[in-house]
Amino acid sequence: MKVLVAVKHTIDHNVKPNIHPETGQVDIAQVKKAINPFDEISLEEAVRLKERGQVSEIIAVAIGGAEAKDSLRHAYALGADRALLVETDAQLQPLAVAKLLKAVVTREQPQLIFLGKQAVGEDYGQTGQMLAALLGIGIGTFASGIQLKDDHVEVTREVDKGTQTLSLQLPAVVTADLRLNEPRFIKLPNLMMAKKKTIETLAAHELGVDLTPRFKVISASEPQQKPGAIQLANVQELVAKLRQAEVLQ
Amino acid sequence: MSVLVLAEKDGNHLKPSTYQAVSAAAAWQLPIDLLVYGDNLDAVVAEAQQLAGVRSVLRAQAGHLQHPLVEDVLELVLSIANQYSHILGAHSVFGKSVVPAIAARLDSAPITDVIEIQTPSTYVRPSYAGNILSKVESQEPVQIITVRATAFRASNLGGNAEIIMVDVPSARGISAWIGEQLTHSERPELNSARVVIAGGRSLGNEFNALLDPIAEQLDAAIGATRACVDAGFAANELQVGQTGTIIAPELYIAVGISGAMQHLAGIKDSKIIVAINHDPDAPIFKHADYGLVADLFTVLPELNTALQQD
Repeated sequence: MKVLVAVKHTIDHNVKPNIHPETGQVDIAQVKKAINPFDEISLEEAVRLKERGQVSEIIAVAIGGAEAKDSLRHAYALGADRALLVETDAQLQPLAVAKLLKAVVTREQPQLIFLGKQAVGEDYGQTGQMLAALLGIGIGTFASGIQLKDDHVEVTREVDKGTQTLSLQLPAVVTADLRLNEPRFIKLPNLMMAKKKTIETLAAHELGVDLTPRFKVISASEPQQKPGAIQLANVQELVAKLRQAEVLQ
Repeated sequence: MSVLVLAEKDGNHLKPSTYQAVSAAAAWQLPIDLLVYGDNLDAVVAEAQQLAGVRSVLRAQAGHLQHPLVEDVLELVLSIANQYSHILGAHSVFGKSVVPAIAARLDSAPITDVIEIQTPSTYVRPSYAGNILSKVESQEPVQIITVRATAFRASNLGGNAEIIMVDVPSARGISAWIGEQLTHSERPELNSARVVIAGGRSLGNEFNALLDPIAEQLDAAIGATRACVDAGFAANELQVGQTGTIIAPELYIAVGISGAMQHLAGIKDSKIIVAINHDPDAPIFKHADYGLVADLFTVLPELNTALQQD
């Protein structure tokens, strides 16, 4: 069985973004980038399925400029069999990404498609759901556990008060939540080997998708910070303050 | 021009987030229809009718909607979508799952996790783990959004909406609900509680023993940091933060929580934040209203006693 994993090369999750003083937009051109952590979890899950003998081929797909190859090499080092870059310098929005991925899925015909539940950065959290809807197939979002069967996949998902399990006919889309697994530590030889592997490229315009942005980020600002805590000496002072603020019933 | 709001229910009640979604939808000053779906809807429809500002309650009743699936609610919404210029859902687990799917099928880019609607088509939403607020203008003919419910007040009761029966498309049959493991707690739900008290890893095995009695007295929901959950001291669904539940209660009490960026992203909209930590340099104090530098294991029982004496 073939599995496709969508990989986003995005702002490193440890980096705090800054607003560019002139453009008034978030300045991500110069920041450190890395594979989206939720996509790394997706890859790890695909690799585990392969190690169990349930999956024969893992294809990692990234969309973006040449710099996105870094994340595809990371995917190789984790255990992907093939890596494909859909190349474009356009500013992509989730709907366009979903349409590009749909075109790749139509070509590759994977049975299972993994995405992260969201990318760190803009935090839209839309692409997996849109991809499944465009393909007309089932989706399990926020997956914390999966069991692959012959013609379906059972997805355990994190919901408000616990977990829920769904059964999805294959092909299906699954979006990975934090607790699906803990990605393995990548060994240096794997990383070296990944550098030698070929990354297939495909020009985005060949896929016939309209990439025109549908919405505009007009401005970005930092939320107002609190001035800092008023330090209290003891519990009695705390209870008195809370009473004063009328937040105790 | 009118707005379709997707309701969510919990048993025989609408979820609080539906009240907030309806009040958010009022920003457009257009008629609002509320879509209620499930297999047994009498009580929920009667409740939905009373929501102020709702023109019609759309009743979509079918056996296969007992445990609503994205694939089926998607078809249901698409079957009536041509009557609406705006579609809105809460940014809940279900709303996040189904609303982008609806948008994709309507070839409209959704705006998710909206905290402010600036009519007619500009929205404010947090990004970068809450470190940035972006103002986004959508050019789509059908505006489709999810709202962070806690950023909006709940809609009042006092309405008297008409009921419209909706023909439910047949089940897609490509997905099925198998089961769920829900934690039954006497405590209010984390994402709608008025008061939340949360603990960090340092509470260890004492997590419940220390927090439960105080939560009981304050009618508070209990939350935990990711580290605390990962260490096995608290259940997964208690996790507060960017990758857990994002909350905005009237009062948030952070106990033994240092204040990692990802945790702060989930609590920063709380009205009053109290931090209790033994480390005076913990970053949480920069984001709190009141701080108490103290040993958790002595101060929590003291707090419990002090609250009892009121």
